[in-house]
Amino acid sequence: MSLALILEQLLNGVQFGLMLFLMAAGLTLVFGVMGLINLAHGSLFMIGAFVCAAVAGVAGSFWVGLVAGLAAAAAAGALIEILVIRRLYGRDHLDQVLATFALILILSEGVRMIFGPFPLYLSVPDALRGTLDLGVVEYSRYRLALIGFGIATAIGLWLLIARTRLGIRIRAGESDREMIAALGVNIRVLYTVVFALGAALAGMAGALVGAIQSVQVGMGEPVLILAFVVIVIGGIGSIKGAMVGALMVGVIDTMGRFLLPRAFALVLEPAQATGVGAALASMLIYVLMALVLVLRPKGLFPAHG
Amino acid sequence: MVEKRREWTLNAVLAIALFAVPLAALWLDEPFYITLATRVAILALAGVGLNIALGLGGMVSFGHAAYFGIGGYVAGILAHHAFSGQPLFLGLSGSNQMLVIWAVAMAISALAALVIGALSLRTSGIFFIMITLAFAQMIFYFALSWPAYGGEDGLPIFLRNQFPGLNTMRGWEMFVLSYAVLMLALALFAMLRGARFGAALMAIRQNPARAAAVGISPFGIKLTAFVISGMITGLAGAMMAELTRFVSPAMMTWQMSGELIVIIILGGVGRLFGPVAGAGILVAFEVLFGGLTEHWQFFLGLVLLGVVLFARGGLIGLLAGRERHG
Repeated sequence: MSLALILEQLLNGVQFGLMLFLMAAGLTLVFGVMGLINLAHGSLFMIGAFVCAAVAGVAGSFWVGLVAGLAAAAAAGALIEILVIRRLYGRDHLDQVLATFALILILSEGVRMIFGPFPLYLSVPDALRGTLDLGVVEYSRYRLALIGFGIATAIGLWLLIARTRLGIRIRAGESDREMIAALGVNIRVLYTVVFALGAALAGMAGALVGAIQSVQVGMGEPVLILAFVVIVIGGIGSIKGAMVGALMVGVIDTMGRFLLPRAFALVLEPAQATGVGAALASMLIYVLMALVLVLRPKGLFPAHG
Repeated sequence: MVEKRREWTLNAVLAIALFAVPLAALWLDEPFYITLATRVAILALAGVGLNIALGLGGMVSFGHAAYFGIGGYVAGILAHHAFSGQPLFLGLSGSNQMLVIWAVAMAISALAALVIGALSLRTSGIFFIMITLAFAQMIFYFALSWPAYGGEDGLPIFLRNQFPGLNTMRGWEMFVLSYAVLMLALALFAMLRGARFGAALMAIRQNPARAAAVGISPFGIKLTAFVISGMITGLAGAMMAELTRFVSPAMMTWQMSGELIVIIILGGVGRLFGPVAGAGILVAFEVLFGGLTEHWQFFLGLVLLGVVLFARGGLIGLLAGRERHG
């Protein structure tokens, strides 16, 4: 086990964490501003990936596909908000869970009807093929680009929320929605914009990740559940918490899957060690979540108080 | 009063229909419908479990598939060891007796519900939903990657386990057994709801602060309800494993957790026979539309969305009126 290998896994963890951040940021924003739990967020991730793969296949360019995927997810988000989500703001969480669960069924089967039952393949753009020599380690250019994308988006999101007029309204919406409505902000439009923004982030994550895994129906929900773990760890409604939680989950999960089987190999026979190590590694982040719950039930960075 | 009487009539109709359909199928020699009715009874049993947490206690658990799967795996693993003759651990042997298996399944799912409940109930609302979902996903991944009992491929039960005085390999006898267990669970639900425990639980759901003010400690009562809830759903899992003679991680997917909630919503949250109505609707929908189109889940989604947006209260709410308090 060399330093290069460990470093490579560490970078993989960071890359995974940043993609989780894109998902978690949208979820936590929607919860913070509208008080809504959206299970269909994973479907928007899937829509981004499918549209990117389909458009990239026709246009012959990944970048055109990426823009199309992002736009399609944002448009789908806005449409869903106007048709369904809008009716759920005043409802209890059970109704929200159920309606968005219904949306998952509708969107998953809808995508299957349009794109067929087989997975699509999305290839990495030519410019980002191969590896880059980082001195200690040769690392995939594409994954490095994902890290760059993730960081750039995080900074962009922070600037948007901290420095723009829309950001002021979003923050105002988080602290007192009646007051900003009274001050003349069109709250319905604001909600649609916030939901579409979260959808665009999810769609972007889906399109970006789509190039390193297969694009298939049901790809969004495992990521969605991990994003929930991120939010529980980071604190709900907090973008900073989402970032810290996402990086923790990404790195711990990746390193656990890499190191635990090797650690068990010291005491068990190889075949058994792989099985036991893999099984326990898959539980690691949930144990982390349980620990955070015991020590800080509201997460590491609670948004309100 | 009229509504109360109407609900009782409806309950009786549901109870009789669930028994009469497979009876007719037995007479007409259509074993498929007997299996289908058994499936409805077992899913309804799982729903009765969730209804205690969700309906009475207002705890929206999106992770009840975990207990369903744990129950299933207990049945699968005990039967596996009884069949192969290898000891389980510490010299304990497997079992092919349903009563033993059920007891173990209930004990282990109760234990899991105790741990998960104690952690999840430190929070509430939206957090609770996400955490129960996450813990169920943890158990799902564990079952998926633990190699000893089939991992991804699942574990078959070669011979259905035994129940004293019955031949469980016969579809009809398996149905009667499942039906009887369902009726017992419904009786337990009604008893709990009518008891001081149920009153306290519902008081906590409606107003935790006021309940605390009259001296009811929310945490203990909610946790107890959660454990009983997980235990019943675990029993249903063990019975489902017997019915299909197969367990796999598919029993614990988030979709299964969602399906259990759907069963309760379609029937009516907190209603005694809600899970029976809901399981019946779901299975009927699957069979009817599943035969017409492979995209039947698309239409299930539309129906569900319609129920949530426009027909809260589910089937029983629609036919027997909404509950006064709720």
